[in-house]
Formats: sequence, C-alpha cells, structure tokens
Amino acid sequence: MTNVQHSNPILDAASIAKSFGPVRALTDARLRVSAGEIVALLGANGAGKSTFVKILTGALSPDYGRVLIRGKPANVGSPAKARASGLIPVYQEPSLIPDLSVFENLRLSGTSVEPFLEFVTKLGIEDIRLEDEITSLPLATLRILDLGRALASNPQVLLLDELTAALPTDLVENVLKVVREQADAGCGVIYISHRFSEISLLCDRASVLRDGQTVGELVIKPGVEEHVVELMLGAKIDLYQREGLSSALPNSSTPRLSIKSLSAEPKLEDVSFNLYSGEVLGVVALEGQGQDELFEILSGFRRQTSGAIELNGNLVSFAHPADAIAKGLMFVPGDRADALLAERSVHENIALPFSAAGSSWGPLKRRFENERVKHAIEKLQIDTRAQGEVRRLSGGNQQKVTIARWLAKGVETLLLLDPTRGIDVRTKRQIYRLVRELATQGAAVLFYTSELGEIPLACDRTIVIFNGRVVDIIDAKDATEQVLMRAAYGLERQGTEA
Amino acid sequence: MSELVRKNTWTLGLLALFLVLLAFTKTIQTNFGVSGLESLARAALPFAFATAGMAVVVIVGGIDLSVASIMAVCSVIAAVSMPVVGGVAGILIVLTLGTVMGAINGGVIVATKVPDIVVTLAMLFVWEGVALLILETPGGQASDWLQASIQGSIFIPGLPKALLVIAIVVSVVWLPIRRSQLGLSIYATGSHEIAAFRSGVSVGVTRIWAYSICGLFCGFGGLSLVSLTGIGEPVPGPYLLASVAAVVLGGVVLGGGRGGLLGPIIAVFVLRIIRTILTLAGVDPNITTIIEGTVMVSVVMLAAIFTYRGGRA
Repeated sequence: MTNVQHSNPILDAASIAKSFGPVRALTDARLRVSAGEIVALLGANGAGKSTFVKILTGALSPDYGRVLIRGKPANVGSPAKARASGLIPVYQEPSLIPDLSVFENLRLSGTSVEPFLEFVTKLGIEDIRLEDEITSLPLATLRILDLGRALASNPQVLLLDELTAALPTDLVENVLKVVREQADAGCGVIYISHRFSEISLLCDRASVLRDGQTVGELVIKPGVEEHVVELMLGAKIDLYQREGLSSALPNSSTPRLSIKSLSAEPKLEDVSFNLYSGEVLGVVALEGQGQDELFEILSGFRRQTSGAIELNGNLVSFAHPADAIAKGLMFVPGDRADALLAERSVHENIALPFSAAGSSWGPLKRRFENERVKHAIEKLQIDTRAQGEVRRLSGGNQQKVTIARWLAKGVETLLLLDPTRGIDVRTKRQIYRLVRELATQGAAVLFYTSELGEIPLACDRTIVIFNGRVVDIIDAKDATEQVLMRAAYGLERQGTEA
Repeated sequence: MSELVRKNTWTLGLLALFLVLLAFTKTIQTNFGVSGLESLARAALPFAFATAGMAVVVIVGGIDLSVASIMAVCSVIAAVSMPVVGGVAGILIVLTLGTVMGAINGGVIVATKVPDIVVTLAMLFVWEGVALLILETPGGQASDWLQASIQGSIFIPGLPKALLVIAIVVSVVWLPIRRSQLGLSIYATGSHEIAAFRSGVSVGVTRIWAYSICGLFCGFGGLSLVSLTGIGEPVPGPYLLASVAAVVLGGVVLGGGRGGLLGPIIAVFVLRIIRTILTLAGVDPNITTIIEGTVMVSVVMLAAIFTYRGGRA
C-alpha cells in the first residue's frame, strides 16, 4: 500500500478512549483503512479489541476520540447509524433473528435479495431457501448468510470479527477469496482473527492493540508473524514450538476409552478408535461430519443408536451427563455459553461439579472446595480481576474457567470440543501446555479442533472423521496441514505409508 | 396450502378443539343455540381485547401486568365522558388515552431499563389509582348505540355482532402492523434483541410501539366493558391472568418472537366455553378453576409433543 492511499483513508479512527467505571478498556486506539485495503486488527484477549469493535460499529460511544468515514463523523450512537454511514459489520456471533425467515431478516436490515443470493452462492452455500427459518440452519451456514448480507449492503468498510472461527476449511477458502475481491473492488476491510495463516494470506497491514492502546501498525510480509506476536504480548514467543510429547504409547495396555462401531443419527456411522491414558488424541473433521454427535454421546448428552463404549475394559453407557462425569469423562463444549453460568462468579463456576453431584446435597464443603478452586485458578493463570461475574471476563479467560472446572474436580478423561475457538495465541499456548501436562499425569484427552495447525502442536495422534466414519489415523509428527486437509476431505493419503 | 396448514397447526388445532367443545355443549344442553353463542361472544369480548394487547407485548419479549387496570381506566373515562361529549368523541378519547397509557408503560421500561414485569406491576397500581380518582364508585353512562352494537347477531343468526367487532378491530389494528417494518421489528426484537439491534432495528422505539398497541387494545377492552354493563367500573376485572393464560394457550411463546394474535383469541373462546360447559354441568365453581388450570397445562404439553413429533418427521 502506498502512502498516497494512506493520506486519504475511508475509515479513520483516532485517539479513541473508553472507560467502564475504574476499568480503562481503551486509552489510545487508532485505525486507518484505505480503499482496497484489508487491515488486520490484532490483540490478545483483554487488549480492548471487543470494546474497539463496539465503538466502531456504534454499539458504544467513545469517551474521547472520533471515528470518520470518508472524512465525515460516523456512527454516533447506534448500529443503525453506523450502517447508514457505510460501515457494515459481521459480528463474532450470528446476528440474524432466529425466529424469522432468511427473507424477513433481509427485509429487516433493508438488504436486497438478488445481490445477497449471488454472494451466498459465490461463498459456497447453494441450497439456501429464502423461506427457511434461521433456527433450522447450521451455524456455518449462518456465518455465510451473515457475510452475504453484509456484502449485499454495499459496504464502504467491512468489519469481519472472527468470521472464520466456526467455519469448516472449505468455506474459509471461499470467504477469503470473496473478501479479497470485495477489497479489490474498492471496499476497505477490517479483519479480526486469531489465525495467523489467514492473516498472512489475506491482509495488507496489521494494527496491533495491547492494553487498550494501538502499539504498532505493520505491513504484512513473510516472517512478520513473530514481530506481530511480540507486539501483541509485549514478549517473544515461539509460534511453532511443540509442547513436549509423550511419544511412548502404552499400546499393549487396556485403553482408557475404547469406542466400538459407534453410530448415531444423523451422521455418525460405525466409528471405532482407542484412547489411551497418557495420550492426547486429536479429532480432525470438516463441519458436521459427526464429531458433534460423537462428543455428545461420550458426554452423556445423547444415546448412540448402536455400538459400544468401553471404559478401562468395562462396557459403559450413560443415561445422563452426570453418569459420564461420575465415570470420569469430562466435557468442555465448543460454545462457552453452553458451559458457564454467566451471571455467577468464577469460584462458583469452577466449584459447580462439586456441588452438583447428587450425593453431596446439603451444606457445601467450603474449605475443600476453596483449596481446589484456588489451585485451578493458579494453574490456568485465570485473570480474576473481574471474578464476580464470569460474563465480565475476556473470552480467553472464560474458556479457561470451563477447563479449570474439571481440573479442580480431578481429570481422568477430558473431552475438548474446539477449546481454542476465538482465543488468542498466548492463551492457546497455555491450553496446549495444560493438556500435555494432564496427559503426562495420566489423563486421556480427546481434542477436536477446527484449526488444523493445532494438531501437531498439542496431540500425539489424530483420528480423521469424514462423513461419519474414521477415515484415517495420523501420527502427530506426520500431521502437516496438507496431510490433515486431504484426509479431512476424505482423500487418500499420498506417498507410501499405510 | 399445506405450507399454510403447517404454519398454523396450533391455531387450527385450537379451532378444532373449540368446535368439539361447542358440539359437546350442545349435547349436554340441547337448547344451547344462537342466544348462547351471542352471550358467549359478548362475555369473551373484554377478554379477547386484553389478550390481543397482551399477545403483542409478549411477542416483543415483554409482559404487561397492567392490562386490566388500563381497561378499568378506559371504561371509567368512557362512562364519564360519553354523556358530556357524545359517543364518537368519547370513543376517540378513550382509544387515544389507552394508547398513551401503553406508551407511558413502554417509555418507562425503555428509559429506566427496569424489567417489564416490575414496571408494569407498579403501573398496575398506578392505573388502578387513576381509575378510582376518576370514578370512585361504578357509575357514568355509555351511549345506547354502543351497547346495542354488541347485542344479538348480524347478517345471519348465529354470527354474533360481538364476534364481528373483535374480528374487525383486531384485523384493522394488527394486520397493517404485522405487514409493516414495525411488525417485523416487533418479532425481531422479541426473538433476539441484540441481533435485532445489530441489524439496525431501533429496539427501544419498537418496544414502546408494542406497549402502545397493547394500550390501544386495552382501550377497546375498556369500551367493551362499558358496552356490556352500561356503566363505568373503576375496579379492574379478572382480565390480567386470563389474558396471560390465553396468550400461552394460543401458541405465543413467553419470551417473545413466536406466535400471532389469532391463536390467543381462539384460546379465549376455548377457555370461555370450558367455563360455560362446567357451569351448565353444575360443577362446583371451585373445581372449575382446577379444571381450567389442568386443561391449560395439558393442552400446551400435548401441543408441544405434537409439534416436536411433526418437526422430526
């Protein structure tokens, strides 16, 4: 990008400050986006990114500073005004109305239908019907519809917040392509993601926030990732450092968990694998290949239609999540909102499994509980400044609470469904390290991730599920993204190895 | 056509239930006929308007505990003003003030951010006091033609005028709104307020509108009260809980975003006819309320089971 373009930006936000009571969320944030430019907005969890996004989109008013779009003050007050001034956001969570049809949602935001359908088809969703109700559609489709709606609203500046976090890899490719085209057509794009691979592929520049302040603006070029991470965290970190792996698998011993020909409606079909104690077993799958059903069965949410689960060699079945927990299978769902009591304290959230066990009705064992909870908080380095209510914590810290809960209870078998969705690189590291440590101590971990690059960083082996079946088992040392991707699409493995 | 049936299964089911109950009434009371239908429709009138108003605020994601009190205020205003300014002017005054009272409810909720249930509970007492200030004891006088407008049948015997009044008022008020951006915004706000806000809906204004529409329906409810008795009654009748019951039975989801107005209004008739049947059968009034409660839970439960099955098939 040339300086000429910089001197005439579409969006120009400068000296933005915002405080919530005594907490200073933003002190000096700035962002400039020119026509045709894709700018990554980066920051660790708690850096003030969410607040900055809310100010840009008009959901919050800044205490100080200004936002200009094409030189005119923009988005004073409400999302409706921000939209009117040309800034169209796609939020982290779908913002389509669940009880309305696709068409009614378009009418609500005044979006025309033809360009919407054109964009949605281009993004890879072909079978959309306008009369479909939003509640009946899968999450990945909703993300695409959200983006399609934004693109069809003639954006001057497009703000994409963690758009790809819940998308399967094939759709991500389409999204990146379409966003690039949109930028080439003269639109400015603000791109928020925790995935460096996407940022280096797509973005022209990066603007880095740390502790409420914009600490750097960089041009994206090969090798810039390390520098970006250093700016984000204020310290160096090795992005590709693998955590210590426990390579010796006790293959001869009885597996902790043995899954035999497990099937369930609508997708899971004849899945078998073994999970040993001391092992982190990855699960790789595109969206909706049956992994959700697998985790739901293992955590006692639903029953299989056929097949068996053996725990330490004994046949088990779970009538209720409490059964699974009592037998040591602990589940961390992909959506934090499904796991946390948002209005309750960090302490209560972590201590919930103690108090929820049916056998311990009556007074809570306070002292026992406090000790365990304190240990778990320290272990996971949870930021407890806002511990009165979990919903006030940053996303990464909330995710840590969902895991800390089981750590405090004592983990035997941990089921992680995309535990690093939408959290920053430092927190991801902490989670990999924790998972490895638990495995070393004898726990067995099942680790589904939508980010293929995590498999070699955290797992020992990985199973690949395609169309409801296990199509491959890959050793972590061979699990490059290309290998995993081919397998996830159900393609044969290249080369000679079996 | 089948799409239409599928979307309105609940409403059609309720209608069928009502017809079955009607036939049943005829079997236990063979002389139940045109006049029976007429008095059923007349008695249902204030309940129907309270329910229509309640349905709108429940769809927007709120609740209005002050519907019965607003109706009481409207009825006394009608009874006091009509002898002075005449029937038509009286009606306009009542409908305007009803809408204003609703707008005040909504405005307080939006401005103070105090939950709907708390604000409207407080307003229940406020409007009750206002009604008693206007008219301390039942009194005043409604225009004769207004009273006549809900008596008897029209066009064909067995089509009660009162039923036609409900149909016309609800259609004229609600249908244009339902088909406008405001209607869409009401459903959107009730379904997912944050998403609606982000889609550019002015959720505050939408809520105030919903409460105003509720107030307007309460205005019609107040008019129906004076038409029924000929005088104004400052003490609120049993319309609050009855309207919540009919809304739930009518397929509107508490919490908002789902349902319409037709279902709840048919539900009003279902609940009224159950009461008629039990009275005709000479059942102890205390047992009547137990049966009404049981019917409500059973119907909602059965409907949920059927919709669940239907959704999976």
